[in-house]
Amino acid sequence: MKKNSAFIIAISAVVLGLIAGSILMLSIGSNPLEGYSYLFKGGLMSIERIGNTIATAITLTLTGLSVAFAFKTGLFNIGAAGQMLMGGLCSTMVALTVTAPRPILLFLIILAGFTGGALWGAVPGLLKAKFNVHEVVATIMMNWIAYWVVYYVVPAYFKGMYLETESRLIPMSASLKAPWLDALFNGSYINIGIFIALIAVVIIQIILKKTTLGFELKAVGFNRDAAEYAGIKVNRNIVLSMIIAGSLAGLAGTTFYTGYASNMQIGVLPNQGFDGIAVALLGATEPWGVFASALFFGLLHSGKGFMNAMTRIPPEISDTIIATIIYFTATSVLIGRIWSFFNRRQKRKNDTKIINLDSGSDSDSEEEEK
Amino acid sequence: MNIWQIVSQIFPYAIILTMPLLITALGGLFSERSGVVNIGLEGLMVVGFFASAIVIKGLESSLDAAAIPIGLLAGMAAGAIFSLLHAFASINLNANQVISGTAINMMAGAITVYLARTITGSGNISIRIGVIRHTIPVLSKIPIIGPLIFTQTYWTTWIILLIVLISWFVLYKTSFGLRLRACGEHPSSAASAGVNVYRMRYIGVMISGAFAGLGGAIILVTYSGEFNGSVAGLGFLSLAALIFGQWKPLGVLGATFFFGFAMTVANVSQVVPELAVIPPLILKVFPYVVTLVALVLFSKTSQAPKAAGQPYYPGQG
Repeated sequence: MKKNSAFIIAISAVVLGLIAGSILMLSIGSNPLEGYSYLFKGGLMSIERIGNTIATAITLTLTGLSVAFAFKTGLFNIGAAGQMLMGGLCSTMVALTVTAPRPILLFLIILAGFTGGALWGAVPGLLKAKFNVHEVVATIMMNWIAYWVVYYVVPAYFKGMYLETESRLIPMSASLKAPWLDALFNGSYINIGIFIALIAVVIIQIILKKTTLGFELKAVGFNRDAAEYAGIKVNRNIVLSMIIAGSLAGLAGTTFYTGYASNMQIGVLPNQGFDGIAVALLGATEPWGVFASALFFGLLHSGKGFMNAMTRIPPEISDTIIATIIYFTATSVLIGRIWSFFNRRQKRKNDTKIINLDSGSDSDSEEEEK
Repeated sequence: MNIWQIVSQIFPYAIILTMPLLITALGGLFSERSGVVNIGLEGLMVVGFFASAIVIKGLESSLDAAAIPIGLLAGMAAGAIFSLLHAFASINLNANQVISGTAINMMAGAITVYLARTITGSGNISIRIGVIRHTIPVLSKIPIIGPLIFTQTYWTTWIILLIVLISWFVLYKTSFGLRLRACGEHPSSAASAGVNVYRMRYIGVMISGAFAGLGGAIILVTYSGEFNGSVAGLGFLSLAALIFGQWKPLGVLGATFFFGFAMTVANVSQVVPELAVIPPLILKVFPYVVTLVALVLFSKTSQAPKAAGQPYYPGQG
């Protein structure tokens, strides 16, 4: 029943997001049906484009998992963007400086991303546990610290060949792109990050569902005081939760900067970090739900270029739809009310029929919500 | 160059960079003091930035400098209207205010660029005119503060300082201010004293939208001159200033100036040899780090509004 309602809310939010997108398309005199058909074609019409959609979804899965995992412990990780930057920076640093056989090098790159993100998540976790500093504020600050660290470290040590604003290209041997995957998907952006993302989904699922750690983390999320009373080390779990969330976002950075892209741009706080919030919410903070919604958002992102080329609709439409979906998942009470409004009307109709049959009875005096 | 020369040269720039932060943080103060956390300040700034750019671009050829105040008002109005989305979600629907604020940020960035692209093709909107700087007669001759504060100033700066003063008065010396603050501390007590909590919170959020919109518009007419779809984290910096200033108008004034000064030093440190010894990275991350440190230091005695971020349910103790 509860799963069912989460699903209804997710679908309703998506529909409302798409409606908002249609209104925006109409407002500039474009045909929404045409716009959406190009948007979905752009993400699905060939093997290569499907590969690009999956490639976009890899990073979103990991940032979504990061936000979702913290949510389970009652923490709001709005710092996935910064953790992703630090993970990406650490991975890029290893990719550009270490020479080792490819399997070892890839392992080191992934480990670096994991560690970078974990460290960036650990700081807000510790501040929350030790000093009760609100993690939302702390992670926002950490985002901008990461932004400026990348802004100055990349040009100072890893400056690109032609541009000051990006790092050198990482060599193919240090990239998560794999020739056999390229061949399989006709040269799309897909990379072995997809396995990182899938393994992460499975591991997080296991941690949350099958382990004591997961049970404790969720207990802290449900009721911190009760968990404390039951002998759970709340502070330790808060720090741990943020470290795991950070490391997931760090891996997102690895897959993005050393897999999807081949270098780091400075002066960008990656949108994927914030999209991760949408992914987590739409996926009802369940690992497989996160993966599914990441695929959907990946589709919106990978199709927008094609749509923009075929129509006059600017590509920002995708970001607008995603933002609207977040808004409506946040206001799920509204969706709940709308549904119960329709349900009641339906019920009232049925009731009137009954009343007509056996004349007279007082119904429709029930109250919705709390 | 001695220290005095450096300071007197960068001071006017520091003031210019401070103003958008100051007015936005002050807006955030109204929202949070009424009990609604607003991390959508960044997006609301972008909305004001965009609206003022559109309006000024449309009017500048016919009205010339008179287009600027109209543009500023348009920025305020756009911010206030856009903030209604956040108000409705947080106040009527008891939504998670952080999620709603995040949605505001993402929506603002996307919709404004979407519209700007349709209007101008490139997504950027540049304006030809800007606020002209004046050196105030007489006052600029006062030793020390004359050259620092009264030379090469924008009139917008004085308006914002006036708003800060009025805000302080309204918050602490009027019954409206008392009611607004009560809604952020203990909404049910306020409600039992006859205060309409919903209405107060709507006002708080809309003021934050209007002020943040004004902040975005000020960026346009003073130092940017072009809308480019982003205010590069200034909204978040304002949020940091609000916390660092401990949710008090004068604290916010001090914090934003502190941050504005740090930003200016970071910006000019490459051309001023005396400042080049400080790595710009340190200066750039400085505001965020001091905010984290402040949060730790004040964690026991934080002045944060007690009910900020919590939905209000009528009748709940």
